[in-house]
Amino acid sequence: MIELKGVHKCFGRHVVLDGVDFSVDKGETVALLGPSGTGKSVLIKHINGLLKPDRGDVLVDGASVPSLGRRQLAALRTKIGYAFQTGALFDSMSVAENIRLGISDEACFRDRAYCRTRVAECLELVNLPADVGRLMPAQLSGGMRKRVGIARAIAGHPEYLLYDEPTSGLDPINADAMDALIAQLQQELHVTSIVVSHDVRGSFKVADRVALLHAGRIRKVGTAEDFVAAKDEVVREFLERDIQVLEAEEA
Amino acid sequence: MLLLELVRGLPEWRIWLPRTRDQCLSVGYGSLGIVLLVAAFAGAVTALQAAYQFTGSVPLYIMGSLVTETIILELGPVLTGLILAGRIGARYAAELGTMRVTEQIDALESLGRSPVSHLLLPRIVAGLAMVPALVILADGMGLLCGWLATKSSLGITDADFSYGARYFFREFDLWYSVIKAEAFGAVVTVVPCYVGFTASEGAEGVGRATTRAVVAASVLILLLDTVLAKVLLPS
Ligand SMILES: Nc1ncnc2c1ncn2[C@@H]1O[C@H](COP(=O)(O)OP(=O)(O)OP(=O)(O)O)[C@@H](O)[C@H]1O
Ligand SMILES: [Mg+2]
Repeated sequence: MIELKGVHKCFGRHVVLDGVDFSVDKGETVALLGPSGTGKSVLIKHINGLLKPDRGDVLVDGASVPSLGRRQLAALRTKIGYAFQTGALFDSMSVAENIRLGISDEACFRDRAYCRTRVAECLELVNLPADVGRLMPAQLSGGMRKRVGIARAIAGHPEYLLYDEPTSGLDPINADAMDALIAQLQQELHVTSIVVSHDVRGSFKVADRVALLHAGRIRKVGTAEDFVAAKDEVVREFLERDIQVLEAEEA
Repeated sequence: MLLLELVRGLPEWRIWLPRTRDQCLSVGYGSLGIVLLVAAFAGAVTALQAAYQFTGSVPLYIMGSLVTETIILELGPVLTGLILAGRIGARYAAELGTMRVTEQIDALESLGRSPVSHLLLPRIVAGLAMVPALVILADGMGLLCGWLATKSSLGITDADFSYGARYFFREFDLWYSVIKAEAFGAVVTVVPCYVGFTASEGAEGVGRATTRAVVAASVLILLLDTVLAKVLLPS
């Protein structure tokens, strides 16, 4: 269970998060929508402690993340997979070694044979051919880097997964594959996920609930139907283009 | 703060030790050529200038001690330190700065892994291990070239040179050289690591961090050089 309670965060005088209240239940997939630059990435970086709130609290499984010690924080982070918006791969290592670093259990990490099979599995899960493992990150396309980043995030069998725009920049087929992967991880492994996205229809498909971040606060949380039926100006404006398509599909 | 973190990371030797070996190779082996080259010229020039200034006014064997002491006490460690501030310092600051601004350090942390034991300790320990070794080699090279230069310009005999070299030499002089080297090794690794680690704001930020790291390390070397001379050498 992830809970954000009145989280404030500003960079200099620029207020990014202005009292965010938001919670995700165990086993649930929540999509986080919002215009570019509203602080979606900033928000999910609070969950694994990469950023600390100026005010408010972030709880994961009841433990307050900002006040955790070094070791406890490291232990918590091994339970939370984080797929960076740009991949953030270690560029001095091959793709396979990148994914291997995601294996959090020390005994498994040292077991070469296990690592090799796990790396191959993860590559397959993100729909990449096995020989990509030998390449260096600089040799990959943007979309491939993003998928390797996701493979690295899932390699350690995390209980929580935070995806930062997993489908943006991907072609429709791979975007669908990614949505399918998120759904599969949820159903088979009961992973709790937060999916940051611009892709309204994609997120309606994968998510149990959808949240809209606007002007530093969560403007609306609800199911896809709630969103389609919403009267709120801001919500409608954000969904406008996609709602027309969705309504046409329903009709 | 950083130093505290470094000490806390030491028990995780299984992580930093293997990476240290790679860093040692690139730091030590990679810097060997330029360090020896500079030491060779420093030794030769010291000898030639001393020969120009002092011939006729002092006995020849003094040349031996002059060249030896200048190289071991000052030029060997300081020149090597300054070169490495450029070579290792710029490299460390740029590497870590780039990793910071491309979120690679955040990514490492998000995997529950410690940047201190994965990135900082291997670099710093490699520096501490390799810089004294490089300084000793530089001392040796400087002496050799200094001796050859004196010999060719003044025709000093080998016996006179080595008599002079030993006349004022104390074993402590060598230790002094190594202590300086160790201190400079700490400076050229810790300072750039810290500056790179805390870099921000894209390519320009990395550039700024790199320059700042090299300048800060060089200045600190000169300051430490003075302080060590004052504190360690009996006057
Ligand atoms: N390290 C930082 N220092 C200063 N400002 C920052 C920093 N990180 C983020 N910001 C600011 O916070 C705001 C939100 O950034 P964030 O990356 O969370 O946006 P986002 O919602 O993820 O956008 P996108 O959809 O384009 O990824 C931006 O206006 C940005 O300027
Ligand atoms: Mg973002």
